[in-house]
Amino acid sequence: MSRTWQRFKTSYLLFSFKEDRTAIFSAVVLLVFLITGLLAPLISPYDPYDPANNDIMNSEMPPVWMEEGETAFLLGTDIQGRDMLSTMIFGLRLSILIGCGAVILQGLLGIVVGLLAGYIGGKIDAVLMRIADIQLSFPYLMVAIFISAIFQVAFGIGRYEELAVPLLIVIIGLAEWPVYARTVRASVLGEKNKEYVEAARVIGLNRWRIMFRHVLPNTMTSVLVISTIQVANAIMSEAALSFLGLGMPVTKPSLGSLIRSGFEYIFSGPWWITLFPGIFLVLLVLVINLLGDWLRDVLNPKLYKG
Amino acid sequence: MSHLLEVIDLEVKFGLRFGDLTAINGIRFTLDRGERMGLVGESGAGKSVTGFAIINLISKPGFISGGQVIFNGQDLTRLGAEQMRDIRGNHISMIFQDPMMTLNPVLTIGTQMIETLLAHRQINRRDAKKIALEKLRKVQIPSPEKRLGQYPHEFSGGMRQRIVIAIALITDPEIIIADEPTTALDVTIQAEIMDLLQQLCESERTGLILITHDLGVVSQVTEKMAVMYAGKIVESGPTDRVVGNPRHPYTQGLIKAIPGNLQPGARLSQIPGMMPTLTDIPPGCAFNPRCPLSDAICRKQEPPFVVVDHQTREVACHMVNPEPSEKTP
Repeated sequence: MSRTWQRFKTSYLLFSFKEDRTAIFSAVVLLVFLITGLLAPLISPYDPYDPANNDIMNSEMPPVWMEEGETAFLLGTDIQGRDMLSTMIFGLRLSILIGCGAVILQGLLGIVVGLLAGYIGGKIDAVLMRIADIQLSFPYLMVAIFISAIFQVAFGIGRYEELAVPLLIVIIGLAEWPVYARTVRASVLGEKNKEYVEAARVIGLNRWRIMFRHVLPNTMTSVLVISTIQVANAIMSEAALSFLGLGMPVTKPSLGSLIRSGFEYIFSGPWWITLFPGIFLVLLVLVINLLGDWLRDVLNPKLYKG
Repeated sequence: MSHLLEVIDLEVKFGLRFGDLTAINGIRFTLDRGERMGLVGESGAGKSVTGFAIINLISKPGFISGGQVIFNGQDLTRLGAEQMRDIRGNHISMIFQDPMMTLNPVLTIGTQMIETLLAHRQINRRDAKKIALEKLRKVQIPSPEKRLGQYPHEFSGGMRQRIVIAIALITDPEIIIADEPTTALDVTIQAEIMDLLQQLCESERTGLILITHDLGVVSQVTEKMAVMYAGKIVESGPTDRVVGNPRHPYTQGLIKAIPGNLQPGARLSQIPGMMPTLTDIPPGCAFNPRCPLSDAICRKQEPPFVVVDHQTREVACHMVNPEPSEKTP
């Protein structure tokens, strides 16, 4: 364990991280977001899911620095009188949860499909990759809208609110797996002709072991890089779906549904309901993308000078 | 009849769109326990394909189209995938040319060694680790306990080849096929690795098939050798006899081409022309367009094997007379 730590301390990864201010800044902001999201019940001033905290008399209060603002609600309140800050923190938590969950699902599906298609090749490759092509030729929003509409009808609106988080994870996960499948397949095609694979076959290992233990770890670099970008994409997809009214319900708002709930009023009064969650979302997606860019540069062997 | 390995009329073809190409055309040789044999020839003569064919691991579109590989009484060309996996790495292992490429860059060498054992033996991790350490000591890796946890990039080329050898030895195989094991290394390391390989094969009584184009290495390490040309064996016999008194014109050309045999400053001798590609192997003897002795019969008829030198050697050449008293043609 200490050896791994020692290795990490002297690694090129850490060195280039320390050199790169953008990376440090992004990592710090992301860490703050993650901790805030993770510890939402402890950090946020109110519990936005508890109706006892919502008083309609408090609705549409502006942020604290404006004339009618109150110190009790730092960033003001929304239409239903919920504290904006608390609601946003809980929304952030949901957005991160859905984003990561969807990427894990995409990743698992895409990696297995890509690995099988790339390593075994032939008919399996053709069939799997055509399925991926077909899926990619549908706009994912259309697929997502279709699926969530079916679920809403099937479960009824009440049940849907309970099931919204896992459903969104599944919808976004299923919509984007071909991205992983293609990336993994491409790297597997490059790796499988290398001699270490031949050597593993000569040793007498079976093909599953070679695939998952020898080839897969060597494709992880590209998987890691697209994963960061895919997390950002998944968070945006969730926001887009929620904005269209197909994502998280207003009673359990994510950042996207918060933006939507204030959108009607943006030019006629309470602009803060849309603006603050919007800033949160942009910041979150931006720092993830910046970190992804940095990671891509570091892990690119052509730029590697270690 | 009780040879450890007996290759009988082995034939390998590559199925291509315009027809099958014959890469190996009926080669035969035997290997006994602890015997070291050299397989020599130019690039493309079919040496490596022979190596892969023995362990039945020819990648598509290649396939074994005829002949037998008898190992311990079993015909390896007819074994199922599962049984063949038990032979590979366990009874017959292989060492490749470039140690930079044959080790998986993302796994520690300990993992890669132990994995081989776990795939073939019913033992636990701790015992496997013990065996791995012992083998690392055998190939003279210093402080093996520490080295076991390191990744391939932390080793030099020579060290890596030692590790590859240790992995090949880890299951105490009966045969090691070494496919140009020192080509990617520099000369001093080459000598060390060859010495090590020879020592280990001697002490463990492991059979060695050394695939190389380096006649110097072959004459140092092996007891017998076979010279391959365009997918066929053209001459085979005890190494010292073949190198000392080559009978086939191709072998003679090869030995003349060794720079050490020349006066300093003299032009290097070479065999004119190039080995034919598999698509246009000439009729008759495949070597005839380049052969200084070639005759009308060479262009028409494939030369049969002629036994010479007190029944110890075989030569495939029309110009060699079967009488053992006959001198070099």
